[in-house]
Amino acid sequence: MGRALLVLEDGRSFRGESYGAEGETFGEAVFSTGMTGYQETLTDPSYHRQVVVMTAPHIGNTGVNDEDLESRRVWVSGYVVRDPARRPSSWRSARSLDEELCAQGVVGISGVDTRALTRHLRERGAMRVGISSTETDPDRLLARVRDAAPMAGADLAGEVSTTEPYVVPAQGERRFRVAVLDLGIKSMTPEQLSRRGIEVHVLPATATIDDVLTLRGQGTPDGVFFSNGPGDPATAGAVDVLRAVLERDLPYFGICFGNQLFGRALGFDTFKLKYGHRGINQPVLDRTTGKVEVTAHNHGFAVDAPLDGGTDTPYGRAEVSHVCLNDDVVEGLRLVDDSGRLKSFSVQYHPEAAAGPHDAGYLFDRFAQLMTPLPERS
Amino acid sequence: MPRRDDISSVLVIGSGPIVIGQACEFDYSGTQACRVLRAEGLRVILINSNPATIMTDPEFADATYVEPITPEFVERVIEKERPDALLATLGGQTALNAAVALDESGVLAKYGVELIGASVQAIQTGENRESFKRVVGSVGGEVARSRICHSMADCMDAVGDLGYPVVVRPSFTMGGVGSGMAHDEQDLQRIAGAGLSASPTTEVLLEESILGWKEYELEVMRDRADNVVIVCSIENLDPMGVHTGDSITVAPAMTLTDREYQTMRDLAIGVIRAVGVETGGCNIQFAVDPVDGRRIVIEMNPRVSRSSALASKATGFPIAKIAAKVAVGYTLDEIPNDVTAETPASFEPTLDYVVVKVPRFAFEKFPGADPTLTTHMKSVGEAMAIGRNFTEALQKALRSLERPEAVFSWAEETGDKAELLQRMRVPHDGRLRLVMDAIRAGADADELFEATRIDPWFLDQLFLLDEVADDVRAARQLGPELLWRAKRHGFSDDQLAGLRGMRADVVRGVRWALGVRPVYKTVDTCAAEFAARTPYHYSSYDEETEVEPRNRSAVIILGSGPNRIGQGIEFDYSCVHAAMALSAAGFETVMVNCNPETVSTDYDTSDRLYFEPLTLEDVLEVVHAEQAAGPVAGVIVQLGGQTPLGLAAGLADAGVPIVGTSPEAIDLAEERGAFGRVLAEAGLPAPKHGMARSFTEAKAIADEIGYPVLVRPSYVLGGRGMEIVYDEPALEGYLHKYSAGRVDSAHPVLIDRFLDDAVEIDVDALYDGEQLFLGGVMEHIEEAGIHSGDSSCALPPITLGRDEIERIRRSTEAIAEGVGVRGLLNVQYALGSDVLYVLEANPRASRTVPFVSKATATPLAKAAARVMLGATVAELRAEGLLPRHGDGGDLPTTAPIAVKEAVMPFNRFRTLDGHTVDTVLGPEMRSTGEVMGFASDFGTAFAKAQAGTYGGMPTAGRVFVSVANRDKRTMIFPVKRLADLGFEVLATAGTAAVLERNGVSATVVRKHSEGIGADGEPTIVGRILSGEVGLVVNTPHGAGSGSARVDGYEIRTAAVLRDIPCITTVQGLAAAVQGIEALRGGSLAVRSLQSWAGGGE
Ligand SMILES: Nc1ncnc2c1ncn2[C@@H]1O[C@H](COP(=O)(O)OP(=O)(O)O)[C@@H](O)[C@H]1O
Ligand SMILES: Nc1ncnc2c1ncn2[C@@H]1O[C@H](COP(=O)(O)OP(=O)(O)O)[C@@H](O)[C@H]1O
Ligand SMILES: [Mg+2]
Ligand SMILES: [Mg+2]
Repeated sequence: MGRALLVLEDGRSFRGESYGAEGETFGEAVFSTGMTGYQETLTDPSYHRQVVVMTAPHIGNTGVNDEDLESRRVWVSGYVVRDPARRPSSWRSARSLDEELCAQGVVGISGVDTRALTRHLRERGAMRVGISSTETDPDRLLARVRDAAPMAGADLAGEVSTTEPYVVPAQGERRFRVAVLDLGIKSMTPEQLSRRGIEVHVLPATATIDDVLTLRGQGTPDGVFFSNGPGDPATAGAVDVLRAVLERDLPYFGICFGNQLFGRALGFDTFKLKYGHRGINQPVLDRTTGKVEVTAHNHGFAVDAPLDGGTDTPYGRAEVSHVCLNDDVVEGLRLVDDSGRLKSFSVQYHPEAAAGPHDAGYLFDRFAQLMTPLPERS
Repeated sequence: MPRRDDISSVLVIGSGPIVIGQACEFDYSGTQACRVLRAEGLRVILINSNPATIMTDPEFADATYVEPITPEFVERVIEKERPDALLATLGGQTALNAAVALDESGVLAKYGVELIGASVQAIQTGENRESFKRVVGSVGGEVARSRICHSMADCMDAVGDLGYPVVVRPSFTMGGVGSGMAHDEQDLQRIAGAGLSASPTTEVLLEESILGWKEYELEVMRDRADNVVIVCSIENLDPMGVHTGDSITVAPAMTLTDREYQTMRDLAIGVIRAVGVETGGCNIQFAVDPVDGRRIVIEMNPRVSRSSALASKATGFPIAKIAAKVAVGYTLDEIPNDVTAETPASFEPTLDYVVVKVPRFAFEKFPGADPTLTTHMKSVGEAMAIGRNFTEALQKALRSLERPEAVFSWAEETGDKAELLQRMRVPHDGRLRLVMDAIRAGADADELFEATRIDPWFLDQLFLLDEVADDVRAARQLGPELLWRAKRHGFSDDQLAGLRGMRADVVRGVRWALGVRPVYKTVDTCAAEFAARTPYHYSSYDEETEVEPRNRSAVIILGSGPNRIGQGIEFDYSCVHAAMALSAAGFETVMVNCNPETVSTDYDTSDRLYFEPLTLEDVLEVVHAEQAAGPVAGVIVQLGGQTPLGLAAGLADAGVPIVGTSPEAIDLAEERGAFGRVLAEAGLPAPKHGMARSFTEAKAIADEIGYPVLVRPSYVLGGRGMEIVYDEPALEGYLHKYSAGRVDSAHPVLIDRFLDDAVEIDVDALYDGEQLFLGGVMEHIEEAGIHSGDSSCALPPITLGRDEIERIRRSTEAIAEGVGVRGLLNVQYALGSDVLYVLEANPRASRTVPFVSKATATPLAKAAARVMLGATVAELRAEGLLPRHGDGGDLPTTAPIAVKEAVMPFNRFRTLDGHTVDTVLGPEMRSTGEVMGFASDFGTAFAKAQAGTYGGMPTAGRVFVSVANRDKRTMIFPVKRLADLGFEVLATAGTAAVLERNGVSATVVRKHSEGIGADGEPTIVGRILSGEVGLVVNTPHGAGSGSARVDGYEIRTAAVLRDIPCITTVQGLAAAVQGIEALRGGSLAVRSLQSWAGGGE
């Protein structure tokens, strides 16, 4: 096994073995604490341009199958693990993770003290990193790390979004049509929507408000959905489209990036968390029901909104509906009309799970409810 | 939701004596629960018959009842204490069953006691296989096809459509008692028969076999707002067919994708909701078909379980503590996570390490027992290890077992591959070793999977170990690269030495010189996402250590490792007490242990916890790390039993300060020759003895000191292989059996004069170099010859006079001084024809320390720890830790009497042909636990002890009496009393004659040796087995009559089998009679330890 070198922006370096493809890669170093679901994580577009450190030591045990992919390719720009599986074992496994990473040219490193690295990122915050199986001199690699583009200010949705619109038909009888803006969507999201009788019209990140309102000539949507995605919400143009949607009082549901854009559309600010939330064990309180959900997170930015009391906006009254019990970060927003009735909402975490617990699946039902004409609501 | 304000007092039921399948994990959970409930300002009432538990220390409850956990006694406690609520989900199946019984008999309703945690309805839905099946179906899950049966006929019928093999499972038993895998009709007759009688509801379930599937467990926690979290997932390395308690298990699950895991999670949550467990921890088990992923729910326990203890230690999430909090009304988001302090308990722990648990068995103690691992649990303990990868954790776990044969070795010949593959088809202790040997013999992954069904991923990890071993062996020298690699896969210095043909200390020297040393990581519940406040560490050969520097001087306490027969919870008790006493005295306490069931491995028992194997290498590294962190006052090796004691010399040689009795002194007591000299100097008699290196030598010695003799191999500890030999042929037989050719100068056999009908006395004492504090003098009720751990005893002694006790005090003091004890000393004496013989002295905490401490309300282990660090008995008296004056040797005649009774595991084992293993008690210890009966008079205390073990003595019915000649006279009066009380007396001819002559009519029954009569009259053994007899009185006959002895043993065996009390001494009989009278005179009063101590009622 060849050697490999990992160097952080602040100069700390780790040595290990080359894993996946040979070569050199750069990105923002983040850690993910999920013990299962590496395949979903790797193929989640939100990880675009990020080098992911897995805190779980054994990665690749169940190999790679063709059902659990969350998009057409692996997005992480680099992968850091401690003990990669030498031999996968699962009745669903089609190939080994190592093969997959090589095939997709993903540069990784193994045998690293991932816990030390994670503790470092926790204390110093997410930062740029480089991994190389060709460079042996930390200083030279460090120089290149410092030249790499930082995450703050990065507009990445365009790089991960579909270029052509496509339709995911409703499962069973079609009840609604929804315009879905793909800012880096995971395949489980359209799946969850269509399971609820929603015909899902996935549009590129560059879609205009007209595209949304006409579904590119396919009809008019009953609701609008913005997906998760990579990058700094402050730079995303889609927020204007969202404002236009809200002006028309169309039911809106947003996830992750879609939550940050909702926040900005409502006039709140967004900011970069020190080291983000990335895991599938995060406790979130739904303040409307008082129930705790264990949820899947993957976000480096968050909305800056007052936890208590509402805020009046041009579109109605905005409130913080969900908070993370670990650190009180805003995890969800809701927009209500004067009579207090729900108009639109969004969450910072991932109700579609994949990977992660299914506790928050009810949010898709809530969205369907929202699009149901009042008299027919159950 | 805040805590309920409608509850102000709670009764907690413990789990009673340690038995297979229900060990000290329930002391751990119960202790946590009591702590929490008291902190909540609730009045806590506790009942537990096991004196060796921390939870029964008076400071853990407001009222502590060391009373039998039977519905009758629990009711008395309820009657007296009138608790608002009953918490039964933390005391294992024992507590759960008691709670159900009390509910059904209407007691709970009568006294308005609310069952919190799980309702009876939920408990029954969870445990009754039929209703459980319905529940699982209702949430879209699947259970194995099965049929409920209430009779043998049902069974035969059911097997018709299920087919063989079929799993037999009785309802409402713990640890799978009575369950098993039937491969044919004969098996079925046997197992289902036992199962029907084992089940309190004479109900067994026959179930489709899913042998060989992957087995998983999830630990679930729910609060009353219906928030549910999964605390931990556990994967069994041994597939379905081996009880999880006997399986090597791994956390977290290693071979599940997120989809499969989440579906399992959804099912688990669905099931506990549907079953209706309102609050608390549950354990649910799944089987997964490795071929297509078909998933089956095996069972659910609506309570804290063995696996919960494991999960708590594996994740740092204190399940029992949280279960107690949610039981009194808190919701998970209101409860802080102690480890991070800033995050709540409503999250799911995530691990950045691997945990492996391995079982420890005791088959060598039960010759003839079938060692096959099956659906009912046979292991007596377990060790857990944590590593940064599976191989490291596995190898640490295996060496934690303290069984050389369990550790992978590349030294021996592997043997034939085909034969190895054949042998591993049947799961048994040590199977993994066979797998490794097969790998070395060239077996491939497919062959191994086919033979064992162990998941290919795990098998590959074993191949990996074999490859590393090859590299180590082949390398030109042990370079740093190679050392790091080997260490990262858990190889010990010993293993490396074996591979390199070097000495372990040389390997260690090289390793240290190259700076290849472990770092210590932290168990923090969150994979480092948040900073951890609790220093709960494990070693790993990684880059960065997390041990914090400190200023206060530290004391390192070495625990006792995995539970085994002879070394269990009693030693953990002493270690925990040392931690308490020393932190109170201002020291920083550091615990090292590898037993997940214990209180000592709870992260808040000591200031720092190292979850590490107790081997010289691992302990030296911990000491090194702690010495780097700050001053170390020393290491305590005296409290954890033989395990740490065995490390003393090695540690001292490495320059590690040992506090308390010095290694040299320890050797004085342990090495026979040296100890003999100590006794000689003190002028104390010991049984005549000698050491033989051949049969001729043995014969000569035996002839010289006279039969019977007690023989034991000198190279095994703890009474292993001890036997009483009555004549020369037997002696010859013994030499062949035990030391098959091994009797040589290297492995001599020790021969002692066996002291016939001598009273055995156990003493625990404290010595500071000046003064002796006699903790307690325990008089055995059985005569010498039955291991101190297996015999019942009374404290204060019931027949010893002041002068005898003074003799004991002087002798003990002489030994303590002669040996040079600083701390605890345990001495066993035998009093025969007025000579006080010294049997042995153990310069350490003994099994009886907790019993003595509880009976005399004196914290012996705490005092010992202080003495080891320089305090004197006088100072401790002044301080109030020890009584101001007097000690356990001069208790007032008004002092209450405590009786200890041992609990034997015989009913758990069967021979290959399905019979019970030989249950004869002897000089080799085989009990797993003990109970204490506490009362103002011996009779009542004795009756309670019996109730705690056998569920009680009869107050009417048949009693069988057969006594040795010497006892015939003294037996008359008590037996007459029994007859007067209305018992029908059965007796063997001799005894019957004496009774008749004294006006006690007795029915003569055939002896076992006489065999079944001409017209098929059964022998007494037959009648006992058929359940006709409620009480057995049998005093062992003298050496002379061999057949009488055999009869006696057969009778005892039968009694044990039927779980009926068997009295073996006339004192015992007299005691029993008093007990029975007390029972008939109405209920035995219950009284709390606090009330005893306070003197008032
Ligand atoms: N249908 C079955 N086929 C094969 N093995 C089984 C089956 N059911 C249970 N087992 C094995 O028996 C063990 C004990 O069964 P379980 O239901 O967990 O009883 P217990 O209450 O003693 O834990 C399980 O751990 C599993 O390995
Ligand atoms: N000389 C003897 N005569 C009678 N019984 C003995 C004698 N020596 C030992 N025993 C019995 O054997 C038991 C175990 O012996 P002991 O030396 O205490 O071994 P262990 O180290 O297992 O405690 C004792 O508890 C006692 O009942
Ligand atoms: Mg089980
Ligand atoms: Mg002994």
